[in-house]
Amino acid sequence: MRLTKAFNRSLWVFHLNTGSCNGCDIEIVATLTPRYDPERFGIKLVGSPKHADVLLVSGPVTRAMADRARRVYEQMADPKVVMGIGSCMSGGVFYDSYNLVGPLEEHIPVDVFVPGCPPRPEAIIDGVVKAIAKLERLEGEGK
Amino acid sequence: MSEDSKNKATFNVPIGPVHPALKEPILFTFKMDGEMVEEVDFAPGKCHRGIEWMGMRRNPVQIVHLTDRICGICGVSHSLAFAKAVEQIAEIEVPERAHYVRAIIAEYERIQSHLLWAGVAAHELGFDTLFFLAWRVREESMDVIEYLTGNRVNYGIIQVGGVRRDFTEDQFPRIEASLQYYEDIAGKLLNLFLEDKTIQIRCKNCGVMSKREALELCTVGPTARASGVAMDVRYDSPYAAYGDLDFAPVLPHQYLGLTNGDVYDRIVVRLLEVVQSIDLIRQCLANMPPGEVLWEKKYPKILAACKKATGEAVGRVEAPRGECLHYVRMDGNPNPQTWKVKASTYSNQMSWLKMLKGEQIADIPIVVASIDPCMSCTDRVAVVRHGRTDILTKADLHRLSVEKTRRLAQWS
Ligand code: SF4
Repeated sequence: MRLTKAFNRSLWVFHLNTGSCNGCDIEIVATLTPRYDPERFGIKLVGSPKHADVLLVSGPVTRAMADRARRVYEQMADPKVVMGIGSCMSGGVFYDSYNLVGPLEEHIPVDVFVPGCPPRPEAIIDGVVKAIAKLERLEGEGK
Repeated sequence: MSEDSKNKATFNVPIGPVHPALKEPILFTFKMDGEMVEEVDFAPGKCHRGIEWMGMRRNPVQIVHLTDRICGICGVSHSLAFAKAVEQIAEIEVPERAHYVRAIIAEYERIQSHLLWAGVAAHELGFDTLFFLAWRVREESMDVIEYLTGNRVNYGIIQVGGVRRDFTEDQFPRIEASLQYYEDIAGKLLNLFLEDKTIQIRCKNCGVMSKREALELCTVGPTARASGVAMDVRYDSPYAAYGDLDFAPVLPHQYLGLTNGDVYDRIVVRLLEVVQSIDLIRQCLANMPPGEVLWEKKYPKILAACKKATGEAVGRVEAPRGECLHYVRMDGNPNPQTWKVKASTYSNQMSWLKMLKGEQIADIPIVVASIDPCMSCTDRVAVVRHGRTDILTKADLHRLSVEKTRRLAQWS
């Protein structure tokens, strides 16, 4: 992939768990390990949303975490993209629970959805590639 | 700072609740005296999805898929414990072969879970090479799990009355190949984790819990075994095929000659359990009887049997993190009247209070991770010192931990 001038840095990712079953979280970490090795392209997990270009959100958004999701999103610098990982993002197997306030897009804008329960690492990487394209467009528009 | 050292005031450090790679986002509050942890408090429940409540509105065949998603790492343990409870109430007899399939997949789950943990533990110590190695090695078990069940995580293989897929003879060579792979690499892993000087200086005598405390705090699984408590549900009240297999609980003194109950011992126990799992899977493969793997192929018949059933039962399973317990009561309706889950981390959580007391701030990540709560490390820490707030990020905490490793490495 040719990185355009607009997007001339590595892609840093912050991961937020909004009450997921851990399946997606583990697959996200598995994605970052040597088998798939996206660090070749500069994609890496960072510890603070302030450093991140991409917000990876997993989980069905529990009541306690909805506000945190918004706060983490607000802390990120523009331009930014949000990726929703996993099917339970919009309820999925937990569709009728009383403690969920999802889907995520009601709280923060979501750019890329990666379905699957959990999605395979390849699918997550594919989602990141789509996120890069979106980021490039945002930067091109000067947002 | 100068003020701190003069009047020795303690300060509170809240950690969480946003943690990457964590099952239950938890809010910790540490009362610190300088670098020392004086008191610990925590507030779990940020991850509450109301699974039991949902389950009480679904039927058992649907619930097994919900149990898979209680935890993405030890889903088989949950579905197995639930299925066992329902089978007992409805007097469903599980075919012999299904017991073996269940044991094999449960042991694969243990292998991947322990390797996952080993990687996370190495990462907490600042040993990222080892973290990547452990996760690379873990991918082999993920491949086999995918080959056998069709999915890498949340396998959906357990069903009330047996399992949904059989493991056939032509799949055995692939299983054997993976066991061979793990056997070959086990020595290297044990050597890297246990003989390494850095790991030894960070983990020995860190987060110590005595056998008595382990019993008093009702810890389970590898956390309890590392303190010398010979307790393993697979051994104490065998389920699936474990009654036919030859094994004993893994205790640290078998390897080290003595038991300290520290973080190092917890690494020993988990790694040796990986080795044990290889042997258990081999035994299963050798003794697998022929036959069906599901009590009844037609799900409506399973449902009808569950619907008629009345009574209550407890299903206990040794999950990778310890005993996982499901209580189910059926009252002649399709959905259970009561369903209660006690996961292993629930029992182990309280030991944090004991282990963390008196440890340094830099030791928090590894001690917290040592009970394997699926918590890699904390994400954001706000240090409130005389009304002034410093934000310590997960990266800062990690840096503190890495610096401590370097310091110790220089001294010794
Ligand atoms: S999508 Fe599935 S695997 Fe991912 S967090 Fe939700 S329930 Fe777990």
